[in-house]
Amino acid sequence: MDIHILYFAALRETLGAAEERLALPAEGLSLGQLRQHLAARGGDWQALTAMRNLKAAVNQAMAGPDVQLKAGDEVAFFPPVTGG
Amino acid sequence: MESPFRVTVQEPDFDTGAELDALGRVDCGAVASFVGRVRKGSDDVRAMTLEHYPAMTEKALNQIMDEARERWPLLAVRVIHRVGRLLPGEQIVLVAVAALHRSEAFAACEFIMDWLKTKAPFWKKEETPAGSHWVDARESDDAAAARWRLGDGQGG
Repeated sequence: MDIHILYFAALRETLGAAEERLALPAEGLSLGQLRQHLAARGGDWQALTAMRNLKAAVNQAMAGPDVQLKAGDEVAFFPPVTGG
Repeated sequence: MESPFRVTVQEPDFDTGAELDALGRVDCGAVASFVGRVRKGSDDVRAMTLEHYPAMTEKALNQIMDEARERWPLLAVRVIHRVGRLLPGEQIVLVAVAALHRSEAFAACEFIMDWLKTKAPFWKKEETPAGSHWVDARESDDAAAARWRLGDGQGG
């Protein structure tokens, strides 16, 4: 089973990707590990660790790096919000 | 009958007067409201585009509204946030709160705006003659949201 990953705003433009599906490794993955894993692709993907104050949500709720991901989760990465 | 506690994310403009009238139909003593607009003038912004995270946006706004209802005895709340491309002077957001007395209406209205600025997944991109750029989050917004932490009193 896969997880669904979404990218928003400046991060989406930097990566040139709005979303993707990724197979979870059998041993599981935390949100922080996923972020490192994506950044390790190199090039523009280093924005995942380089972008200041990058935020993340799991299943549409703000989440910290220790959250364990499970199959079917929707993960989103985005810059600090600027609505209102 | 429609719930007196409602959030909406939409592209079209909204009629603030009609929304406030509707809110005031509950038996309340006070309605406080805030309207955010795209600034005109000084900083050369020709237009602004608001992106959001559709699956999360209304959920986040509902959570913020629920948090306000835990803190103050509110009778009705209306939150409308627009997305898409907006021109200078256009309305972006409405937060309106009805309560028995003005103190809780003012406080809850400000609280909802402060939390919305830092917790609801919207992002602004500005178009200027030199090109477009994403608006940076402001530390003052984080500070404004943080002063509502439980135990900090009423946000003084």
